[in-house]
Amino acid sequence: MELFGLFNYWVFALLLMVGFYAVISRPNLIKKLLGLSIFQAAVFLLYITMDKVEGGTAPIIQKGVDDAIYSNPLPQVLILTAIVVGISTLALGLALVVRIYEAYGTIEEDEIQQQDLNR
Amino acid sequence: MITIVFGVFLLTLLLIVAIAIVREQDLFTAVTLMGIFSLLMAANFFVLDAADVALTEAAVGAGISTVLLLGALALTPGRERSIPKGRWLALVVVTLTTLVVVHATFGNPRLGDPGAPVHQHVAPWYLEQTPELIGIPNVVTAVLGSFRAYDTLGEVIVVLTAGIGVLFLLGLPGAVGERRREELALGRTYLSHHLVPQVVGRLLIPFILLFALYVQFHGEYGPGGGFQAGAIFASAIILYALIEGEREALTVISPRLLVWMMAGGALLYGGVGVVTMLLGGNFLDYSVLAEDPVKGQQWGIIVIELGVGITVAGVLLAIYHAFAARGR
Amino acid sequence: MSLATQLPALQVAVPLLTAPLLVLLRGPGLAWAAACAASVMAFVIAISLTASVMTTGAISYAMGGWPGPYGIVLEIDALGTLVLLLVTGASTAALLSGRASLGLDIDAGRQHLFYAAWLIVLAGLSGIAITGDAFNVFVFMEISSLATYILIAAGPDRRALTATFKYLIMGTIGATFYLIGVGLVYMMTGTLNFADMESRIADVSDQRPILVAAGFISVGLALKAAVFPLHLWLPGAYTYAPHVVTAFLAACSTKVAIYVLLRFDFFLFQDNLVGHTMQFAVFLVPLAILGILVGSAVAMVESNLKRLLAFSSVAQIGYILLGASFANEAGLTAAVAHMFNHALAKGALFLAVAAIAMRVNGLRLQDIAGIGRRMPLTTAALAVAGASLVGVPGTAGFVSKWLLLQAAFAQGALGIAAVVVVIASSLAAVFYVWRIVECAYFGNAQAPGDAAAVVTEAPLPMLLGLWLVVIANVYFGLAPELPVSLAESAAADLLRHVP
Repeated sequence: MELFGLFNYWVFALLLMVGFYAVISRPNLIKKLLGLSIFQAAVFLLYITMDKVEGGTAPIIQKGVDDAIYSNPLPQVLILTAIVVGISTLALGLALVVRIYEAYGTIEEDEIQQQDLNR
Repeated sequence: MITIVFGVFLLTLLLIVAIAIVREQDLFTAVTLMGIFSLLMAANFFVLDAADVALTEAAVGAGISTVLLLGALALTPGRERSIPKGRWLALVVVTLTTLVVVHATFGNPRLGDPGAPVHQHVAPWYLEQTPELIGIPNVVTAVLGSFRAYDTLGEVIVVLTAGIGVLFLLGLPGAVGERRREELALGRTYLSHHLVPQVVGRLLIPFILLFALYVQFHGEYGPGGGFQAGAIFASAIILYALIEGEREALTVISPRLLVWMMAGGALLYGGVGVVTMLLGGNFLDYSVLAEDPVKGQQWGIIVIELGVGITVAGVLLAIYHAFAARGR
Repeated sequence: MSLATQLPALQVAVPLLTAPLLVLLRGPGLAWAAACAASVMAFVIAISLTASVMTTGAISYAMGGWPGPYGIVLEIDALGTLVLLLVTGASTAALLSGRASLGLDIDAGRQHLFYAAWLIVLAGLSGIAITGDAFNVFVFMEISSLATYILIAAGPDRRALTATFKYLIMGTIGATFYLIGVGLVYMMTGTLNFADMESRIADVSDQRPILVAAGFISVGLALKAAVFPLHLWLPGAYTYAPHVVTAFLAACSTKVAIYVLLRFDFFLFQDNLVGHTMQFAVFLVPLAILGILVGSAVAMVESNLKRLLAFSSVAQIGYILLGASFANEAGLTAAVAHMFNHALAKGALFLAVAAIAMRVNGLRLQDIAGIGRRMPLTTAALAVAGASLVGVPGTAGFVSKWLLLQAAFAQGALGIAAVVVVIASSLAAVFYVWRIVECAYFGNAQAPGDAAAVVTEAPLPMLLGLWLVVIANVYFGLAPELPVSLAESAAADLLRHVP
């Protein structure tokens, strides 16, 4: 039990690392956005891990059950918001990638920089 | 115990999939893996007792974002071209960040510890007061729709902004054609000649729409609400567009209507805020909406959730059409 | 309930809810007019909020009628109103004067979307300035960021797209870092409300998650504020955005991030501040100084006018941080006053650039050679605003630089180093501003004849807006009571929380 008590947080840290690495090391713009999505998803995991209470259930109050333990609703609300922010960022990023491809003929960052330098 | 084992299993899979996404050079495969990643994440959220978030992650992460990524991939090269070698600086920065985070985790409360500070202060108040002040069972909806309604309004605006941005960058869908219906019929190039998806899809669409309505209006009692419903509604229409061609879908919901949905939902939400002000309350204080403050809260939540659903569905569809229309 | 008590909510709601209306409008003229109306209204609300904060003190407003920490509470204090004035003022001046310039950059069919995005930026930045909730800051940060990406991507050059993408990636990383930090603080305190956090954080402030949270929040906000060396997105974004957008953003967007950074450092992590007095001296001061030096140096050799000014902004952000890093009343007053005055100077400079760009092709120094003879009013405005950037006595820029120097002198050895840096970079500013002015007045146009012949004075609304800001530069240079008294009470507010 004790051993696994922090496991979620370690996975959060590792996912953060995987996503962040993809964002800063990959020149492909779509790959960067995928990395960014993993990076954001890691944070969702951090918040949702906080909300768990041992022996609890989803915070939907049932009538007539007095001794129920509910998980924390607040991180869930925050992450609902964050998920929506994430998809919005992704959509805007993808639209930019499409326009960049139309303008440059490539979506590899190094090649784009090369083209800008040659002008 | 069994949930912990299951959780560890899911998280390990999640990590493996994430690494596979980064390593995979074929972007189509990477995007498919991303869908799997989101589904695993949703399953994980469910294990952690966050039903609303799980539903949202499944609908938005696994559903809509995969569609958008595929839509963008259709317009751009599907393979990563260059793989740089030895980005040591990146690796060092990332490893340092991770070590800092891992360092922090040793001060974190253990998973599920009921004595953790997060479960002591604000959260119990929500759980205790919601039945009394709002009178609905789903506390997540109560916090989202009323206690933190201002955040949720902001969130709707974020979605609207994404819609505005995509329309600004890629153009209004169907702006090419306020064309006639006969011409639209010629646009049938999608899956219309594949019998199995067509039949299955046509059977599914009504049920998906019904489910969207259920999620929309049952959000006070069970997991669900405007965001999830909007995403599910949009996915039904997108499925229709995939089967019948997106021009056919644009005759069902015209581009003009999409723009009205985008803006209308946000305005409906904001309108509730303005009405509460005119009735003498603070911005988004629904208790002034009816004689009985609890009834007022419930009315307020229903209306703003509807606004959320309309905007989310409108924006997601508009974005889908913008990508699809860019292809030709 | 009277209108006056609703003003805090209206400050955000007016632009936020006008934006969806603009999406529905057809016709660029109507969209522009509606955007202007909303922006002017926001400015008026900001002024009246400032007046009431100055007379009666901080205002709080419970969103949805729910008290903190359960609901979201708006908290408006002196620092917040100063940022509000900057944001709404910059937006109003840029919108009123920028219609013609924006019309050249953006085709008519998309302008209503552009103006909607503009109002969303305005609402987002104002929302950050007045909220009292840590997560609400994130939401409004993302609102303003996403909309900012749209504004920048509207630039006519294709490099606007790549600059925006870079900004999107770095901005999202910054926001996500902030979110991680807020999550860790929430984990240890169980609350998101700033005031409540402050009272609960004392028990846990030495715990690892809080220390790491302070790091994540600082780095995240520093990314958003373009603190050296996290400024990499800024030059591209400022250079390739439509000129009027640059004027708006350069005046206020990074300052809002600095504002949040100050709030966190002084309201929440003050125990860390006390426990780590060295943290500021060792970490922030070198970054501020490096930022000042590198920004000034690059600006001295840069030949593209907008890029030059963008690097000068990197240096100016360094000034603001330098003042704040002294963590005393004089330093903070100087930092906050400099936020205000730099916004005036940089806003005016970029508006002048926008006016020039309407008449000249290209914005390299040689392109504007001899412009002073053909656009005398614009060039004069450019010169005065440049003087304010340098810090010539009689302009707004002088006031805050003088305050900064005074604060630095009181710091002992470290302060002397700071003084030397400030003076060196001011000399650099003299050099690069002089390069522009010299070129504009005394440079010889390379291709006389057809190209130069069409160069005439900028359109009247542009000139009016530009000169309004320039006059504000001079006015607040001669009568600096308003910004300085706001800055003083802001500094007192910030320090009140430090034990």
